[in-house]
Amino acid sequence: MKPVRRLVLAALAAGLFVLALIVATAGLMLAGEPGASGSGRSPEERVVVLLVLLLVALAFSGWVIYRLYELYASAPLRMAEEVMATLAHIGLRVGEHGAAELHVLGQAVNQLLALREASEKDVAERVREARASLEEERSRLAALMADLSQSVVVCNLDGRVLLYNQRAKQELSAGPDGGNAELLGLGRSIYTVFDRGLIGHALERLQQAGGERPEADSRARVGATQFVTATPAGRLLRAHMSPVLGGGGPHHAQVGGLSITGFVLVLEDVTSTNERHARRDALIQSLIEGGRGPLGSIRAAAEMLSDFSDMPSQQRDRFLRVVRDEAGALSAQFEKASSAFSNDLRERWLLEEMLGAELLGVAARRIGERRSSERRALAVKTERVDEELWLRVDSFGLLQALRYLALRLQDEYEVREVRLSLTRNGVLAQLDLSWLGTFMNNEAAMSWLQDPMATAGESSPLSVTDVIERCNGDIWFQRERVSHRAFFRTMLPAAEAPKDLPRAIIAAAEGERPEFYDFDLFGWSAASHELDDRPLAELSYTVFDTETTGLQPSQGDEIIQIGATRIVNRRLLRHECFDQLVDPQCRLSPQSIEVHGITRELLVGQPVIDVVLPKFHAFCADTVLVGHNAAFDMRFLQLKEQQTGVRFEQPVLDTLLLSAILHPNQTTHRLEAIAERLGVSVFGRHTALGDAIVTGEVFLKMLPLLSEMGIRTLREAREASQRTFHARLKY
Amino acid sequence: MSKRILIADDEQNIVISIEFLLRREGFEVLVAGDGEEALAKVRGERPDLVLLDVMMPKMNGFDVCQALRADPDLAGTRILMLTAKGRDTEVSKGLGLGADGYMTKPFSTKELLAEVRKLLGM
Repeated sequence: MKPVRRLVLAALAAGLFVLALIVATAGLMLAGEPGASGSGRSPEERVVVLLVLLLVALAFSGWVIYRLYELYASAPLRMAEEVMATLAHIGLRVGEHGAAELHVLGQAVNQLLALREASEKDVAERVREARASLEEERSRLAALMADLSQSVVVCNLDGRVLLYNQRAKQELSAGPDGGNAELLGLGRSIYTVFDRGLIGHALERLQQAGGERPEADSRARVGATQFVTATPAGRLLRAHMSPVLGGGGPHHAQVGGLSITGFVLVLEDVTSTNERHARRDALIQSLIEGGRGPLGSIRAAAEMLSDFSDMPSQQRDRFLRVVRDEAGALSAQFEKASSAFSNDLRERWLLEEMLGAELLGVAARRIGERRSSERRALAVKTERVDEELWLRVDSFGLLQALRYLALRLQDEYEVREVRLSLTRNGVLAQLDLSWLGTFMNNEAAMSWLQDPMATAGESSPLSVTDVIERCNGDIWFQRERVSHRAFFRTMLPAAEAPKDLPRAIIAAAEGERPEFYDFDLFGWSAASHELDDRPLAELSYTVFDTETTGLQPSQGDEIIQIGATRIVNRRLLRHECFDQLVDPQCRLSPQSIEVHGITRELLVGQPVIDVVLPKFHAFCADTVLVGHNAAFDMRFLQLKEQQTGVRFEQPVLDTLLLSAILHPNQTTHRLEAIAERLGVSVFGRHTALGDAIVTGEVFLKMLPLLSEMGIRTLREAREASQRTFHARLKY
Repeated sequence: MSKRILIADDEQNIVISIEFLLRREGFEVLVAGDGEEALAKVRGERPDLVLLDVMMPKMNGFDVCQALRADPDLAGTRILMLTAKGRDTEVSKGLGLGADGYMTKPFSTKELLAEVRKLLGM
């Protein structure tokens, strides 16, 4: 019904109602006049009828007003409540209330709600997609980084490590004694590995490099820089440093007109290269300078002999002796230098270790490729192949040489098929390229080996012999009359199988990122370092545990194992752990062996506490220590302060005390009990590292609970800990 | 009066030739086998020219040269350094320390003689 018609209808109804009232009243009044019909009513009767009529009218209008209230006042209020509810909860709809107009309004609201939900779902979907692709990219990056043969470390401007690869960990974590000092880790300072000044200087050079070419393209203005430095283990590293460009966030520096948020270090171990260069320099030096003296003597003596031929024979003999002696000395010197140099020469070319079978496979494919100038490809058969044989070769050159020889056989002798074989011959590998039948003389073969390699489309200034010599090998042509076979035989030194093949990245558990990087650390700044007022969730922790010979540190009980792991940005970094047995240099009691299962035999040859503690101290640098019943472990550490000179001054949090804060009514705060209460599965208990990991997980579960209690900063956690009863226990 | 020349070199095989050559040319020749002996002989015998090898036991040629130049009495003594190291830096170091000339082994005896004569003003 149209609103206008409703209005007309309503007005009509109200008019009719009033008209009916007037007509009825008038009727009554008229009916009251005597004489009109003869049978008049008494005035009392008329009043009663009038009253009844009025009451009926009143009741009717009351009902009308109530209906109107229901339709136009109460229903909108109810609708408003329902609309309010939809603000907080998704999926609710507004019901149909009151007048038809309100139904229309309700429908409109419902459509709006449906639209909102659809768009929210769309946004959520897009966020999920974006996150998934980001996650995928990160995993890809991590996999790529893990495979790189160079070390890569990414740091923010404070020198905090945001990302590193396995290679970097291997190279940079080695301690001075060759042991693993675990110096590299997420959120750790790169300055424990590299000198702060060195990095600072390199950053400055980046800036200068930017400043020198102010008018150049802005991207090119921030260049890269290089430096060479030594690791704690004494390896020489060449570091290539390039800046990470970023937006104008709070943690960046202006370099060459661009803001940088960190830097990437690509490291290359140049120890052997440098040694080689130094050796060669020394060799040349000794040849030049060592040669001058003897040569000077010979020359002077020779000139005397020729200039003064009238000298007495005795004098002549003296000069001749000088010439003979000095020439002998010089020869010996040359001999020595040449043997040293030839050793060195072997390493001059980029020889790479390669599985022989793999090389042969590639060679067969390359020789078998059909050339556009040939109607058909040369057939290649692979005969005996030693699958275990490793070679150290310039694979590119070697493949080129084999292909060159094979194609020349095809072109000049119409050989249809060649065979390849690779066998071990003592310390050498024997690589044969053979063919059947076709006669070829030695002279031709010799010239093939000596000519620069040139086949259709490819040419090289090197000869086959050059290439083989580079690989420290030898090649010759040979024929076996009986079998009608001819072959080029190459002898190459066999290599050892490389030991450290790139390791596959440790797969992360579902929903968990691999722990080699944490870009969230980009926001860190050295300026906000007053630890006490930092939120607990922001801090880095070293969660640790020790196993000991007994419970009385002051009575001579000693540490026999230290295990620790780290928490950075509320993630437990299981890959970055410290796990070290310690020789206590005293007897182990049978009771303690029952607890930790560490026997005397396991401790033989392990480092003593004087060696281990400094390493552990370095591992803990810049973190808050967390332990279960940490007071006990700290007591052991403190008793060693004098002896080792290592002081553990880091703030310490104790999960036992924190548990007492969270659950004051529980009777036990043993680690297992807490773990059970907080839903942490326990494994590997009573190894120091196992306990440390459980403690770490428990601690992470506690953080949100503490936050609910209003304990958010380190200071608050420490103060609350001190108030609890257990804090008064002393060991 | 013939000029007096001191050969300071521990390498006997070169001393033989230089000594022979210079005597044949009519010079009076003295020989010292190490740096300290060279210094003592310069002070005692007052040669007109010292042929000074750089690499010598006890005291190297640079130190001897420096010691000689520090003594005003010996200002007239000419110094010709002989060395088996031909680096430019060494040449300039020798000349910087007050040597009058510098020759690198192996040298031609004719050039040596010419240099000796030049330094002695002959």
